[in-house]
Amino acid sequence: MMKQQYLTCDLLIIGGGTAGCYAAITAARRSPELQILIAEKANIKRSGCLAAGVNALNAYITEGQTVQDYLEFVRWDAEGIIRDDLVRTMAERFNEATADLEQMGLVIQKDERGRYVSRGKQNIKINGENIKPILAAQVRRYGNVRVLNHLNMTQLLLDAGRVVGAAGFSVLEEQAYAISARAVLIATGGAAGLYRPNNPGFSRHKMWYPPFNTGAGYAMGIRAGAEMTSFEMRFVAQRCKDTIAPTGTIALGAGAREVNALGEVFEQRYGLSTSGRAYGASNEAREGRGPCYLRTEGISAQQEEDLLKAYLNMAPAQTLKWIESGSLPSRQNVEVEGTEPYIVGGHTASGFWVDTRRRTTVPGLYAAGDVSGGAPKKFVTGALAEGAIAAEAVLDDLGEQSDGSQADFRALAQPVLEEYQSRLAAKSGEAFDVFALEEAMQKVMDEYAGGIRTGYRYNANQLSLARSQIASLAALAETLRAEDMDELVHIYELTDRLTVCQTLIAHLLERRETRWPGFAIHTDYPAPRAEEERYVNSRLVDGQIRVFRRELVKEGAYEHTD
Amino acid sequence: MSIRIDREACVGCGLCREVCPGNLIRADAQGRAYLKRPEECWGCASCLKECAHGAIYYYLGADIGGRGGLMQVRSAGDLTHWVITRPGEPPVTITVDRRSANKY
Repeated sequence: MMKQQYLTCDLLIIGGGTAGCYAAITAARRSPELQILIAEKANIKRSGCLAAGVNALNAYITEGQTVQDYLEFVRWDAEGIIRDDLVRTMAERFNEATADLEQMGLVIQKDERGRYVSRGKQNIKINGENIKPILAAQVRRYGNVRVLNHLNMTQLLLDAGRVVGAAGFSVLEEQAYAISARAVLIATGGAAGLYRPNNPGFSRHKMWYPPFNTGAGYAMGIRAGAEMTSFEMRFVAQRCKDTIAPTGTIALGAGAREVNALGEVFEQRYGLSTSGRAYGASNEAREGRGPCYLRTEGISAQQEEDLLKAYLNMAPAQTLKWIESGSLPSRQNVEVEGTEPYIVGGHTASGFWVDTRRRTTVPGLYAAGDVSGGAPKKFVTGALAEGAIAAEAVLDDLGEQSDGSQADFRALAQPVLEEYQSRLAAKSGEAFDVFALEEAMQKVMDEYAGGIRTGYRYNANQLSLARSQIASLAALAETLRAEDMDELVHIYELTDRLTVCQTLIAHLLERRETRWPGFAIHTDYPAPRAEEERYVNSRLVDGQIRVFRRELVKEGAYEHTD
Repeated sequence: MSIRIDREACVGCGLCREVCPGNLIRADAQGRAYLKRPEECWGCASCLKECAHGAIYYYLGADIGGRGGLMQVRSAGDLTHWVITRPGEPPVTITVDRRSANKY
């Protein structure tokens, strides 16, 4: 029998990655009395996107640049579909958050005058291998922050339309939790594993985005009726072939240009936006000029050594591959490929529809980092900034809130905890397990919703097929039973991914154009259309996904009014 | 993409199990670490950095170009030594100093 534990806090932070940890730090500094609880699926020391490290801060206002410059850069890169208020408020805090990280112990490269060394207009060089251990150590300095590692939250608990807590269970032991909170901040990251990945066999998890970021926060929000935005703006990353390691370090660091198999530099044909670069490589291959490479042949011995070290600090598989294959980058160009699509609000605009202070449309619920929408190109410092902004909003709102929920919290939580128990049952000859259904989901998405197989292309007919097949898989997933806690985690992860897929498909159907050809090509509408320069938003109402449009938010702050 | 744990070298300290972002490393009846689902490893190398006993090896799956090479981590203060061994080739050690930023 699964044990049950009830906990109470003021602020519950779901997800102890970059945004979640920094939200806790910000709230704890400003309010030593506030009882803060971080619920983390793994361990905050090495969880989330930065488990392996990161080798640059890609969002920094360097000397001579302004917040407005960053805003215009993001607008250009995202083809206009951004929230000005969100990008601006984030960018205003990049440098402050960076200085704070350095105070905590992050190594940042400086020149002889003590200024940060930049890598292009928005980037600075760091040694970020231990960025998560640094953030985790800082979190532990505050006595009013409690961290519960290995706790998988699955469900928000609502009372009269307001979030009053959440339920989850231990990944390791038969223990369920219901946590009541005066405010809940979602910082669970984006969603990987929706589509069949580059390496679908043994190395299926050798992907760019963390395979353990399963879209849990999106799914919890969708089920709670929160408004979502721009899921159709998927992210396809251009990465080193096989290892799916980042390419920016080679391109920006070693100055390597991208070439096709004929040795031609082709970027001018597609543009230099993130989507344009992704489209360029895939289209060159499609038209018979692939594969494409980053031209590293001829780099110096010093450059090569620096590259090998830089990758050990963020994507060690790439360094091993170079050494093991004997194809060192100075002697052989680095082949690149596009990834399967991810939903990730740190790179595109997908995620919760929030107001300027990162309140979602559900009272009591806040969002920061990759799970929050409208503000692409957050990177590390943007995730920190959003964590801080959301934490400050929570503190201000709690100050005005007179008391907590009057409802019987145990009665609210009981059905969810009972569901965990009912799922943890011996199997009785079911035809499918959770892994079979995950593979089926990835196949449907790959073939009918614009995965790698179709070169990210889809039409309305295919999307309709995807919609009905994902719905039938979601129904099958309801019947899954788990033999242990590990399998129970996988069942809830699959359910969350299927929920995200359903919203994603609805968004892809609604945007009748091709705005970001590197991320998605709607073959019924293969060009951008001026009337589509609006947000596609959605909300689950009575079990149905309602999709609607909102006009672009340009000036001033944004508040939820309808 | 995965790791291999040498159960003879493992002392059962539990540090690797604690940090794996996928909760993939578990303890056997003797308390020694094993990887529950090798195909679910992301390859972040967090466990290698925790292991003070050299019990964890990192390798590439054959589907992404692995040909028998193994990588280990030895930490010494701010220095991290990454040691790569390959069949029939001398080992390669690359040392990264935590105090120095990336050149790229």
